[in-house]
Amino acid sequence: MSSLSSSSLYQLTAQRFRLFFREPEAVFWIFVFPLLLAVGLSIAFRNRPADVLQVGGTTTQITQALNADKGLTATTLDEADGRKSLALGKILVLAVQQPGSVTFYYDDTNPDARTAKLIADHALQQANGQHDTVATKNEQVHEAGARYIDFVVPGLLGMNLMSSAIWALGFAIVEARQKKLLKRLVASPMPRWQYLGSFLLSRLLILVVEVGVFLTFARLVFGVPFRGPIWQLTLLCILTSLSFSALGLLLASRAKTMEAASGLMNLTMLPMWILSGVFFSASRFPHVLQPIIHALPLTAAIDAIRGNMLQGLDFSQLLVPIAVMLGWLLICFSLALRIFRWR
Amino acid sequence: MFTEQQTSALSIRGLRKAFDDVVAVDGLDLEVLRGECFGLLGPNGAGKTTTIEICEGLTKPDAGTVELLGLNWNKQANELRQKIGVQLQETQFPEKLKVEEVLTLFRSFFKTGLTVEQSITMAQLEEKRSSRVGGLSGGQKQRLAMACALVGDPQLLFLDEPTTGLDPQARRNLWDLVDELKRSGRTIILTTHYMDEAERLCDRVAVMDHGRIIALGTPKELIALIGGEQIVEFATGAATPLDSVQLTGLPGVHSYRMHAGMHQLSVSELHTAVPEIFAALAAQQQPLTQFRTHSATLEDVFVSLTGRNLRDE
Repeated sequence: MSSLSSSSLYQLTAQRFRLFFREPEAVFWIFVFPLLLAVGLSIAFRNRPADVLQVGGTTTQITQALNADKGLTATTLDEADGRKSLALGKILVLAVQQPGSVTFYYDDTNPDARTAKLIADHALQQANGQHDTVATKNEQVHEAGARYIDFVVPGLLGMNLMSSAIWALGFAIVEARQKKLLKRLVASPMPRWQYLGSFLLSRLLILVVEVGVFLTFARLVFGVPFRGPIWQLTLLCILTSLSFSALGLLLASRAKTMEAASGLMNLTMLPMWILSGVFFSASRFPHVLQPIIHALPLTAAIDAIRGNMLQGLDFSQLLVPIAVMLGWLLICFSLALRIFRWR
Repeated sequence: MFTEQQTSALSIRGLRKAFDDVVAVDGLDLEVLRGECFGLLGPNGAGKTTTIEICEGLTKPDAGTVELLGLNWNKQANELRQKIGVQLQETQFPEKLKVEEVLTLFRSFFKTGLTVEQSITMAQLEEKRSSRVGGLSGGQKQRLAMACALVGDPQLLFLDEPTTGLDPQARRNLWDLVDELKRSGRTIILTTHYMDEAERLCDRVAVMDHGRIIALGTPKELIALIGGEQIVEFATGAATPLDSVQLTGLPGVHSYRMHAGMHQLSVSELHTAVPEIFAALAAQQQPLTQFRTHSATLEDVFVSLTGRNLRDE
């Protein structure tokens, strides 16, 4: 046996790895789930080519005139059918031929309907001989970094770092305590810090794979930008994972049963899923809540990761979220060590 | 002092431990010699596990001193953990680890010790070395726990109810393993509530009840305490009470007690005492409905000391 493989820290860490990779569900939740979530969200919130809007006309002349515009698809309907389709949302605008005029029926609170009405009006005017007085040209822009997928990838990354760190530590420690393995370990000459250290080490190693796979996927499939220094992004991910590991350690430091521990973990994570700006910006919450929201570790983590990836911010511009995460790390870790129940 | 350190593996003085308002260990003194296999015997709740966990350094006593191999937990905890082997009640190793992985892990905690290979051989787990813990039988899991206790090659070994919950075959296998460890000169301290186990394995036993030692000696000495090596048990169908004084006056009969609806006599020589007992009962007009004899066991010792069965609680 070489000296490395006979060292207890190595063995403890290796043991964590084996247990992790022999748990197919854990591998799924940590590696595959965030990918599926990113794909799902990117489909739901994809930036579609400008929609062709559905409209209706009561005469074939109107319909023809409307169809002349590429932005519209028009069908000919009598007025009663048209009103029904309008109510069902099958068409956005109904153009009804009146003696000497055309009346548009549409919902003016629906932006799409207003757009369709404007295009339809324009198309009818053109068909009846109106000409543009000023020549205009269109240039379409789809900027990477401003899309929803760009916003949500750092959010998902932060969320995944949080749940994997908290679950990995919390679950394993409470299980070991419940099965009296912790007690057996402290009856042996195992250095206690190494037991906790092995969790951090194995987290960091799994993190490399976890973050690497996710970000590579986001880059290759969605073209998510990396505007900040990659090494700083790496350090931010490590800091995030360590902070949440410390939080997980604290949550698991006393609980004697899995039920108690998972209740505690969900209670801790749920507010952050909602408040910390994973799926939508945290600034949507009321002003009074903002100081609290920004003191949460997940908000800090996501702010820092977004700042790095999307805005290309430097550490010096991310001091506040970094300080928040360091604070959580130090407080949780020292508290956890003090109150940790080994048996 | 020097000679005591040479011969004493464990020395307990005035040990006391209470949990909330329950006194688990109530002023315990105990000396275990090197190379001895020592049994702590008693019903559940007698304080055996608390005592052994204080010795293992897992529980802090409220009062008293514990010295193991001339060292104590306050100053030399790390050194001590290197020198003792521990098997706890109901440790569950991670189900998805393999036998040899668990042992490699535990071996890595000790500076010196057996090879993983040797510990596997000792615990007769050769065929199961690459099996996952989850796939082991109860007896195999217990042998794995023993192997983990042995892998540091300890001079002093603590076994807390090593055979509880095992089937008879697995118990006998484990007894053979303990025998082998005794032969290799290790000091073994075990707790059990099986009297036959204590008689089979232990050089000396201490009978514990309510946190105290109520009897201490070799199994033979303890059995001799109740005065005879044989127990006569009988029941009668008579309505009139039995005259027990007359019975204990018979030659070879040492004591009388009523236990679990049976009259019990401890007797030294069955072949002379039994005819006398028959005659006396006939004279008292006590028709026998049941009659049996057995060699006295530690169970009888416990009953005679406390009036209760070991597994009453």
